[in-house]
Amino acid sequence: MAEYPRAEHILNESTEVPTGRLGIWWFLASEVVIFGGLIATYVLFRWQHPEWAAEASHTLNFAGALNTMVLLTSSLTVVLAHAAITEGKFQLAARNLGFTLLGGAIFMGVKAYEYSHEIAAGFVPARSLFWSFYYTMTGLHALHVLGGMIAIATVLVAVRKGHAPQRVEYVGLYWHFVDIVWIFLFPLLYLAS
Amino acid sequence: MSTAAIAHPKSFWREYVFSTDHKTIAKQYLSTGIFMALVGGLLAYVMRMQLAYPGQAIPGYGTIDPQSYNAVVTMHGTIMIFWVAMPILLAAFGNFLIPLMIGAADMAFPRLNMLSYWIFFLSTVVLLASFFVPGGAAAGGWTSYPPLSGSAAYSGGQWGVTLWLLAVAMEFAAFLMGGINFITTAINNRAPGMKLFDMPLMVWMQLGASIIFLFSVGPLIAGAVMLILDRVAATGFYNPATGGDPILFQHLFWFFGHPEVYVILLPGFGAVAEVLPVFSRKPFFGYRMMVYATIITGVLSFIVWAHHQFIAGIDPRLATAFSITTILISVPIAVMTFAFIATLYKGSIELKTPMLFALGTLVVFLLGGVTGIHLGTAATDIYLHDTYFVVAHFHYTLIPPVFFGFFAAWYYWFPKMFGRMLNEGLGKAHFWLTFIFMHVTFIPMFLLGFGGHHRRISNPQFFEAMQGPEAERLQIIATAGAIGILLSQIPFVVNSVLSLLRGAKAPANPWQANTLEWTVPSPPPHGNFETVPQVYRGPYEYSVPDRVDDWFPQDAKV
Ligand code: HEM
Repeated sequence: MAEYPRAEHILNESTEVPTGRLGIWWFLASEVVIFGGLIATYVLFRWQHPEWAAEASHTLNFAGALNTMVLLTSSLTVVLAHAAITEGKFQLAARNLGFTLLGGAIFMGVKAYEYSHEIAAGFVPARSLFWSFYYTMTGLHALHVLGGMIAIATVLVAVRKGHAPQRVEYVGLYWHFVDIVWIFLFPLLYLAS
Repeated sequence: MSTAAIAHPKSFWREYVFSTDHKTIAKQYLSTGIFMALVGGLLAYVMRMQLAYPGQAIPGYGTIDPQSYNAVVTMHGTIMIFWVAMPILLAAFGNFLIPLMIGAADMAFPRLNMLSYWIFFLSTVVLLASFFVPGGAAAGGWTSYPPLSGSAAYSGGQWGVTLWLLAVAMEFAAFLMGGINFITTAINNRAPGMKLFDMPLMVWMQLGASIIFLFSVGPLIAGAVMLILDRVAATGFYNPATGGDPILFQHLFWFFGHPEVYVILLPGFGAVAEVLPVFSRKPFFGYRMMVYATIITGVLSFIVWAHHQFIAGIDPRLATAFSITTILISVPIAVMTFAFIATLYKGSIELKTPMLFALGTLVVFLLGGVTGIHLGTAATDIYLHDTYFVVAHFHYTLIPPVFFGFFAAWYYWFPKMFGRMLNEGLGKAHFWLTFIFMHVTFIPMFLLGFGGHHRRISNPQFFEAMQGPEAERLQIIATAGAIGILLSQIPFVVNSVLSLLRGAKAPANPWQANTLEWTVPSPPPHGNFETVPQVYRGPYEYSVPDRVDDWFPQDAKV
């Protein structure tokens, strides 16, 4: 079979948007509907169950607030990483990605503390529908945080070696998404009591 | 995009197994899909034999108890939709055709593409394994409604439904990856000169299907997670005893499930749209109208879902609203059908095998669509719901894209895929036998449905209305037809195998078609195009006046 040299136009970008960025945006669109479906379902139930307010008062508001701050800060450092990479400062970008990773790790640690505290107090998933939603939504979100951390760690390794600068933007977009989902979950599950 | 991803593979493993070449991945999806079609077809045979001769031993299977019958129905539906229709129509032909038709060397993300296939492969293994676990495969219907599916006590065993959910979730993940790839590639990697409105309709249809899938599947993924938790973590999302709501799952399922019908239909229609102009030597009638109709169908498909729940206890005012949107969606679909028919008008029609299957798609789908009017109207649906009228109706709408659309694509693109021509005589025999037996199978089902035969019932004779010799005769005719359909696939298999081995070598452009895939050798080499094609015109310029050739390739200068 004839062998052609690699056709260069795979890089042809008909819309002048980098292909990777386009892919990430479509990926995020698919994630939005997953969380969208879950959040919409929760809100419709919550409407019919004003008594869930009492259950929600058992969530740990200070832990939630702390985590919100941690996550927002880690979004800031990812922006700083992106700013650094556009100036060609790979090591600075890597350091900022490191801070973001740290933020993710703290978030997961606090979440683990919350879960164990709540479970010890008898607030298990099967206790009531509110807690089922609480664990499903925060659990799915935590999985996304974990996935984001793995992605960031991979990019960090590449960036330190001076590779793949465009990927900083892509993991950054994803990290913002994870952050925004939390911004919805925090008031819905913790504060609305 | 790194060069490494599309550099020529060296080892056997990289070339045929863990390949990143979109053409190899297409063939992997295709062969898995065809294998699963065989499994799904054999399950259909088991059901039909049981319905015609309840309680008697089925040759090759033995007797079947009600619980196993439920599992067979469930797995037949699941396999045909998720493991046959989607991998073949969307993944196989989308993967093969999108880069070739838009003049790209490969998909935008070749490694993601490979990952998508292997996750799909894993999901296939999990699904097939679920036949052999204690309690048997899932038996809650392909819709897997709770409370039936929500508790092990109702659904046979703990394992069947859980594995089913796991397999379906992995399948969705695979198709999300594939869909993101399709969308990004079609939007961003078109050859220079190819504007969006120069893309062949097949690419539009694949794009439309991928976008519809991507926006509809999310809520069901969430719903499936909740269902898994109901089963394994004792939550009560769908259990009224704990304040949950079983109807919630129906909403989440059909918010996806109905758009899914169009996810399957559109690529089938895409194949028809490519075949018709080539075999009538005429430009496609109303290309832009077709694109707009696709978009409108996509949008409307998101607001029809509750027509599956007319008798589930939803608010009657809501039922009226959904009746209206349901009838409304037949408008863009009718536009497509008229565009197809108008394309044929006064063309020089050549009834080659791909053309026969394309026309078959239209004829069968028309019958499916017309019977949908009865079901879309809430008043008549209340009587017909969950009868064999519904079973016949959705087979009349699904078989056109899945069977006839696939075969139109198979006979049309086989030379490009494998570099060999198929035999016309065997192809025509395959078409006519399949076409005739399709009606022999499903027309009796309409009549049985009117007579009150419920679907998903292992023995129709539980019902008085189904006990007479008349009903029995119809059951036997339908079963004979089903066996006929299965046997009619023999010419297809013989034809394909013989042609692969000894068929005439296919030239680059055997049908004298315009689209870019016909400008490269058959089969196309790794990397597809020797030089980047430059596109000058739309895909359907046939019989242009003042030209010697009656076709005008998209990349031909002047
Ligand atoms: C050889 C051709 C086929 C025959 C004879 C056949 C036969 C049947 C029968 C008899 C049932 C109803 C069983 C019952 O309710 O008791 C059924 C259900 C179903 N079929 Fe087919 N079928 C065929 C092909 C297909 C194809 C190509 C598709 C889709 C792509 C398909 C999709 C379905 C679905 C979704 C169900 C519903 C399953 C459920 O109730 O959960 N079938 N089929």
